[in-house]
Order: sequence, then C-alpha cells, then structure tokens
Amino acid sequence: MSFEIIGTYAVALLLLIGAGFVIVGVIGLLKFNDPMTRLHAPTKVGTVGIGALLLASMLYSFVQGEGSLHEMLIMAFLFVTAPISAHFIAKVSIHMRTCETPPAPPQDTTWSTLDVAEEDREIAPQEQG
Amino acid sequence: MTRFYNWLLPHPLLTLLLAVVWTLLQNDVSAGMVVFGVILGIIIPRMTSIWWPDLPKGFHIGKMFSYCLIVMWDILVANIQVAWIVLSVPNAKLKPAWIAVPLKLRQPEAITLLAGTITLTPGTVSCDLSNEGHSLLVHVLHTDDPDAVLEDIKTRYERRLEEIFV
Repeated sequence: MSFEIIGTYAVALLLLIGAGFVIVGVIGLLKFNDPMTRLHAPTKVGTVGIGALLLASMLYSFVQGEGSLHEMLIMAFLFVTAPISAHFIAKVSIHMRTCETPPAPPQDTTWSTLDVAEEDREIAPQEQG
Repeated sequence: MTRFYNWLLPHPLLTLLLAVVWTLLQNDVSAGMVVFGVILGIIIPRMTSIWWPDLPKGFHIGKMFSYCLIVMWDILVANIQVAWIVLSVPNAKLKPAWIAVPLKLRQPEAITLLAGTITLTPGTVSCDLSNEGHSLLVHVLHTDDPDAVLEDIKTRYERRLEEIFV
C-alpha cells in the first residue's frame, strides 16, 4: 500500500517538474526577441520538461503493475531529433540574414550556409546594413 | 569468413540498436519479437550501407557510456541554468555570442555527436559547419566570457569524443 502512495507522490512531483520546465520554455519563446536566442528556450528546457513527463508516465505504469518502456524510445527519438531541427532553424536564420553575421571560421574559408554557388548569388538573400 | 561477416553486418552496433528498438516498440520481450528484430537489424543496415559506406574504425563502448552519463548530468544542470536565465535576465542585458570552434575531430559520426551534444547542453546551439567541415559554429544564449565556453566544449566534449572514436 505504502509503495503505491509513494509512487503516486513521485508521479505527481515529476509531473509538476515537467510542467514547470515546459512553461519556462514557453515563457522564453515569448520573451526573447531575436530568432537565435528564441531558439534556445524550447530546445533546452523542452528536453528535461518532456523527459520528466515521460518519466512520470513510466513510473505510473510500473506502480500500476504493468511495466511500459515505450517512453524510453520517445525520449531517445526526441534527443536524436531535437538537435537536428534546431540546427536547421539556425541555418535558415543565417541564410535569411535575420541574425548577426557570424565571425569567420578559424579553419576553412566560410560557413557552409553562406557558401553560395556563383550562379545562385543573385537569388540569395543579400546582406542587410 | 571475415569478408562475409563484414558484408552481412556492415554496422554491427546498428544491428544491435535496431533489434533493441524493435523489441522496445513491441513493448514485450518474447523470443519471436527478438528474432524478428535481429532479422530487421540485419536487413536494414545491409540495404542502407550504400549511403553509409565508411565504417567508423575504432569505437569504445565503455567510454561512450560514461560520456552519455556526463552529458545527461550536463543537460540537467544546463536546464536549470537556462531556466534561470529565461526567468531572471531581461532582454536588454542578454549577451548572446557566436563561437567558432576549430575541430580536431574528422570522422562525420564524431562531429555529429559533438554537434548534438552541444545543442542539448547549457545555452548553446550548434548552428553551422564550415564549408569543408573543419569548424563548427555555435551560438551561446548568455555569456560574459565566450573563450571559457569554447575551452569548455573542447576539453569536456571534444577530447572525450577523440578517445571514443580512435
């Protein structure tokens, strides 16, 4: 009996932690005013937020006596895909020149997003200011 | 025999991973599901090996495991730091910065892991590679000392990845 009570409290605590981190992520998304800084809030705070929610779900099913490991997979897929979407959003904002121009790379000539082929220069977005 | 083995299992770890993922997806560990997972784990890497021709030479699983633990701990700490920055630092005082990391790593798998780690950890997002893949562009949310962050990335993650992929 006491096992179930402790389990229920742990699940509730994890749900609260998860919800807290998710709401901080949303606040960050609304508060920051530049696409690059805005990118930071959901990619970071989202991982632990959703991680805690999934952990709560896993713990709940174990307390109920029917183990579930699907959540591990969701977490793994999330950790693999989140950096890729963040990377692409960042590349788009570099390409559209909506952020500060990055400094030159220490090795090689330029960043791959700025490395536009000669024949495409005319249709590429131009430097602002 | 070795050549046949290499032909059948171009990526042994990928085979193992696919079998485990398949069993987890079924949410039930039974002999039939494991066997089917192994079959999938052999067929899929075989069919896709054209697009992933170069086998990473050496790979230390033990070191990879401790690396994962370090990264997970960093993600936790990072999240609390970023949450604090989001809630307490006003937009005008925020000091975002670009960092250009010169890479010592050369294997694409290792660079991918490094970039993924950087995106998942404290207030940093990996944004771009240089045109020949020897530098990584990182955006930092809030820092007073970009050089310290660069040093941190190099000593904490890149050095460990160099030991994992030899």
